[in-house]
Amino acid sequence: MEFLLQQIASGLTSGAIYACVALGLVMIYVSTDHINFAQGEMAMFATYIAWALIQAGIPYWIAFGLTILIAFTGGLLIQRFILKPLEHAPVLALVVCFIALLSIFNAIAGMLWSYTVKQFPSPFPIGDPTGHGLISYHQIGVVAVTAIMLGVLTIFFRFTTLGLAMRAAAQNPASARLMGVRVSWMLALGWGLAAAIGSVAGMMVAPIVFLDPNMMTGILIYGFAGALVGGIGNPGGAVVGGFVVGVLENLVGTYLIGNELKLTFALIIVVGVLILKPAGLFGRVNVKRV
Amino acid sequence: MTMKLRRRDALLLAGGTLVTSRGARAEAKYGPGASDTEIKIGNTMPYSGNASAYGVVGRAQAAYFRMVNEQGGVNGRKINFLSLDDGYSPPKTVELVRQLVERDQVLLLFSTLGTACNTAIHKYVNQKKVPHILIASGASKWGNPKQFPWSMGWQPDYHTEGLIYAKHALATVKDPKIGILRQNDDMGVDYLDGFMEGLKAGLGKDYEKSVVAAVTYEVTDPTVDSQVLQLKNSGANVFYNVTTPKFAAQAIKKSAEIGWKPAQYLVNVSASIGAVIRPAGFENSQGIITAAYLKDITDPRWHGAPDYLEWKAWMEKWNPTANLIESANVSGYIGAIVMTRILKNCGDDLTRENVMHQTASMKDWEVPMLLPGIKANTSPTDYFPLQSVNLARIDGEHWTLFGDLMTAGS
Repeated sequence: MEFLLQQIASGLTSGAIYACVALGLVMIYVSTDHINFAQGEMAMFATYIAWALIQAGIPYWIAFGLTILIAFTGGLLIQRFILKPLEHAPVLALVVCFIALLSIFNAIAGMLWSYTVKQFPSPFPIGDPTGHGLISYHQIGVVAVTAIMLGVLTIFFRFTTLGLAMRAAAQNPASARLMGVRVSWMLALGWGLAAAIGSVAGMMVAPIVFLDPNMMTGILIYGFAGALVGGIGNPGGAVVGGFVVGVLENLVGTYLIGNELKLTFALIIVVGVLILKPAGLFGRVNVKRV
Repeated sequence: MTMKLRRRDALLLAGGTLVTSRGARAEAKYGPGASDTEIKIGNTMPYSGNASAYGVVGRAQAAYFRMVNEQGGVNGRKINFLSLDDGYSPPKTVELVRQLVERDQVLLLFSTLGTACNTAIHKYVNQKKVPHILIASGASKWGNPKQFPWSMGWQPDYHTEGLIYAKHALATVKDPKIGILRQNDDMGVDYLDGFMEGLKAGLGKDYEKSVVAAVTYEVTDPTVDSQVLQLKNSGANVFYNVTTPKFAAQAIKKSAEIGWKPAQYLVNVSASIGAVIRPAGFENSQGIITAAYLKDITDPRWHGAPDYLEWKAWMEKWNPTANLIESANVSGYIGAIVMTRILKNCGDDLTRENVMHQTASMKDWEVPMLLPGIKANTSPTDYFPLQSVNLARIDGEHWTLFGDLMTAGS
């Protein structure tokens, strides 16, 4: 029984990480209608920036805040300088561009900080509240941070004018423009937010998986699975999806199919959802006027 | 024509001293990739991709050959080190090695990295009769001169290492219940086979019962937390940790977090203090055992040793951007030293046959940065240059050696 609980707890932690990544993916999807394959590498890069700041002697929470700001600005700049010129390019061009960004970030991080695995500090106390290693403070912290982030985003999109403008810009750019929304800047804002969310995800993941340029490669696929399960257009759904994938992955891997097929399982989820319920468990089916 | 050459080779090989005597350049013999001025060496490395941490090895080698060239080269010939990025992807290795052999016409392949990558080119290079030497992988299959006379490894092989851990575990742990975590690939299987052989030798028929859990992970897995929980749950009191650096650090940290304290054997592949033990936390790593053959560069005990000082001076002058606590810089350095020595011994007979002959003629070679007493030995029937290791244990912030040198036989 304790073993089962431990597996679930460990699954929830991985789930929280997938949820953060999924949230970043959803963010860009909601605000620009694209899937950003470089989401994981952007998060990794931001985590390195946080690491460098902490190494320079800046206290954790200040470095945390600074990193979010830097990531936000970085995301904004990427949209302004790299994606804006491609605004009317076919989707395929964008996909290539995202993949290029992925390998560029990976290579630059390796060049700047080397590929040696690095330890990344956790802001939460060491040890576990239960006393027998069921769940650590860091694991609880990761889950809490994910929940807070989701809350803030929900409020932002539902109850602020800026959030509304962003949704409008993504769903119907032409009408939004006529209503006076600066559509192009809304897209940039979406990228900034996604990068900021990614940086938080990276800083939460790194103490568990250790910091190296390939830290997010494996995680991104599970993040996709999470986002798709919940519905790629629904932040809340993506978070739930992330947790579901994390826990299922552990339980299925431990009790049913063995550890070898965990990744396959995630991919089956992706394919299964796309075939059976493309909008995800919580997504609304998009009806477009033609 | 070819017949004649072959016969002459045989004669020269038979009269060993003739080969090494430095004749006039006019008498020099050249295979592909060698000339009066240049020796072409081919290599593949993961400079990008998942295993790019190992790229350090290639950069150290390139730095060493740069030094050799600036100091006049090998017997007056410059080394042209063609090191290509295969991203640790076997199909890519095949493509690049074909390019090196057929287009660039290299004399030999040196220190191509990765078990799977080398497996992919194993047959090809032996068909083409290209020396494939000092392979940067510890798989035991590189020591098979009968079937693959053109391939030879360098470091102590995984099989032997695994066997030594099993022997030690059986000798020191009462009622051993073994839990195994291993990477699901060739390397993992080689380490496992050696270990099981050791168990069989010690326990007899029922040896498999001593393994209470054996779990695997894929390099694409984000963490191995779930696997470590499974091992703890199995009640194992011995943990055979067959992982690559990132996963090793994760496993060590996770087992400490959940309060699992077995006797732990960590494979040499992940024995780096800088890349594994420090990130995992020294407090979590006390007592972990590995089999070492290199001097631990983070251990102050060696900091006065002449070979350490020489290495450090070399690093500062020729490889200044590299990390002084990264042991891959030592692997690269000594690999290049041995390669240079082989080429020097080839003299003016730079044919592929002679390269292989010289590689298979190491007699008690002393190589810098190896642990005291470990020497390289090869012969036409022994393709395992290094076969001795010394067990070491994490004590404080370093590996502390204990016991005597161990070899496969002992």
